[in-house]
Amino acid sequence: MSDHTVKSYDEELAHLTNIIARMGGMAEAQFASALQALSKRDSDLAARVVAGDTRVDELEHEVQQFTVRLLALRQPVASDLRHIVAALKIGAELERVADYAANVAKRSLVLNQLPPVKPVSAVLHLAHLVQEILKDILDAYIERDVEKAIRVWNRDEEVDDLYTGLFRELITYMMEDPRTITACTHLMFMAKNIERIGDHATNIAETLHFLVVGTPIKGERPKGNTVDTE
Amino acid sequence: MNAIPVTQPSLSKVSARDVNVYYGQKHALKHVDLDIRPNDVTALIGPSGCGKSTFLRCINRMNDLIDNAQVTGLLTLDGDDVYDRNIDVVQLRARVGMVFQKPNPFPKSIYDNVAYGPRIHGMARDQAELDEIVMGSLEKAGLLAEVKDRLEETGTGLSGGQQQRLCIARAIAVAPEVILMDEPCSALDPIATAKVEELIDELRENFTIVIVTHSMQQAARVSQRTAFFHLGELVEVGDTEQIFTNPQHPLTQGYITGRFG
Ligand SMILES: Nc1ncnc2c1ncn2[C@@H]1O[C@H](COP(=O)(O)OP(=O)(O)OP(=O)(O)O)[C@@H](O)[C@H]1O
Ligand SMILES: [Mg+2]
Repeated sequence: MSDHTVKSYDEELAHLTNIIARMGGMAEAQFASALQALSKRDSDLAARVVAGDTRVDELEHEVQQFTVRLLALRQPVASDLRHIVAALKIGAELERVADYAANVAKRSLVLNQLPPVKPVSAVLHLAHLVQEILKDILDAYIERDVEKAIRVWNRDEEVDDLYTGLFRELITYMMEDPRTITACTHLMFMAKNIERIGDHATNIAETLHFLVVGTPIKGERPKGNTVDTE
Repeated sequence: MNAIPVTQPSLSKVSARDVNVYYGQKHALKHVDLDIRPNDVTALIGPSGCGKSTFLRCINRMNDLIDNAQVTGLLTLDGDDVYDRNIDVVQLRARVGMVFQKPNPFPKSIYDNVAYGPRIHGMARDQAELDEIVMGSLEKAGLLAEVKDRLEETGTGLSGGQQQRLCIARAIAVAPEVILMDEPCSALDPIATAKVEELIDELRENFTIVIVTHSMQQAARVSQRTAFFHLGELVEVGDTEQIFTNPQHPLTQGYITGRFG
C-alpha cells in the first residue's frame, strides 16, 4: 500500500505496529522464562517473571491510549481502521498471554517446594508447541502474512489433542502415586494456562485475517477431541 | 444496450446504463452503470473533477442547460427514460429536485421562496392550501420554529445554515420523489451541518436522496450506499458500511484513506 498524503499518519500507524511487536516480544520472553523456571526449578527466575508482568500491562495501556487518540484525531476508515482495531484487540490478547505466563511462573514457585514429578517434561512438550505457534503468529503479524495466520489457526487442533493426552497422563500418574497429587494438580492448571495461550494465538490469527483481508477466516476450525476441564 | 443488472431494475428508483457525458471533446463521464434504490441516501464520492456533479446533473437533465454537453446511454426514473423526447423537462425537475453547494435563496421573502415552485406548478387551489404547503415544507426542513415569525423577511437575511434548510424546504415544496444534493454542507459549520444531516435522515422516509460530498465522514454518516468515481468512471459502489470498512478496489481504498498519489 502506498503512503498517506499526510506523513505523520503513516508514522503513527507504524508506531502502533511497533508497540504490538514489542509487546509480542515481551510476552514471548515472559513465557520462555516461565518455562525455563519450571524446567530448571529456578525460583529466582520465576519471581522475575511474576514481577515483569506489569511491564506488559503498561504496554497494553499504551496501545489503548494510542488507538483512542488515532480514532479521535484521524477518523480512520477501511484498512487503516482495521489496522487500529486489530492493534487494540491483539494488544489485549498479548496481555492475556503474558498473564498466563505469569501464572505458570507462580505455580512453578509452589512446585519448587515439592519433590520433582515426571510429567513436567510432558507439560514442557505442550509448551514448546505453543511457543512455536505464538512465534509464528507474531511473525505473521509483522509480515501481514495471511497464509501463515491460517496455518497457525489450523494448528490449534494439535494443541488441543496434545492437551487432552496430557490430561489423561496426569490423571494416570496421580492414580498410580497419590503422593504426587498436589504437584500434578498444579501441573494440570499450568497445562490449561498453556493451552489457553494457544487459544489466544488463534484469536490473533483471526484478527490478523480480518486486518489484512477484511473478512473473518472461513469455515469451522476442525476441533480435536477436547475434554472441557475448566 | 449494455444492461448489467447491478441490482434488479424494479428495485431501483433511478437507473443508469452505459451513461456517457461529453463536454465538447472531453469525455467527462464514462460508461456509468448505477442503480439508486428508493428511500436510500446514496453518496457520490471521488476526487475533484471525477464527474460527480456531472452524473448528478444527468438525473434531472440539468446538463441540457450546458451548451456543449452531450449525454448518451440510458437513464431511467421509475423505469421511464429520462431522455425520452416526449418527456416534459419542467415536470421531470419537479419530480427530481436539487439543492446546491452554496445556499441560493431567491431575493424574495422566506414565504415566497418556498411558495415559488408550488405556484409555478399550480399545486395549490387557494391561499390556504399554499400556506399549508409552505408551512409543511418549512416544518419538514426543520426551519419552521426559527422563521415562523419572520416569513415576510427576505430569505437572504438568514444564516448560511438556515438558508440551506430554506433551499431544502423549497426543493421539497413541490413534492419531488428524488432530491439531488451537491455538497450541501460545504459552506456550513458543524452544528448547521449536523442539522442538515439529521434532516437528510428524516427526509429519507419520503424521498430518495443522492448526495455529492467531499467529506468522507459525512458520506459515512448519512448514506446507505456509496459510489466512488474516479476520472469519469464509476469504480465501486456498495453498502456504505462495506465501502468504509472493506473497499474492494485499491483506488477506493486509496481515496478514502487519504493515500491518493
Ligand atoms: N461545462 C463544462 N464544460 C467543460 N467541461 C466541464 C464542464 N463541467 C465540467 N467539466 C469537466 O468535466 C469533468 C467532471 O466535472 P464535474 O464538475 O462533474 O466534477 P466533480 O466530480 O463534480 O468535481 P468537484 O468535486 O470539483 O465538484 C471535469 O474534468 C470538468 O473540468
Ligand atoms: Mg462537483
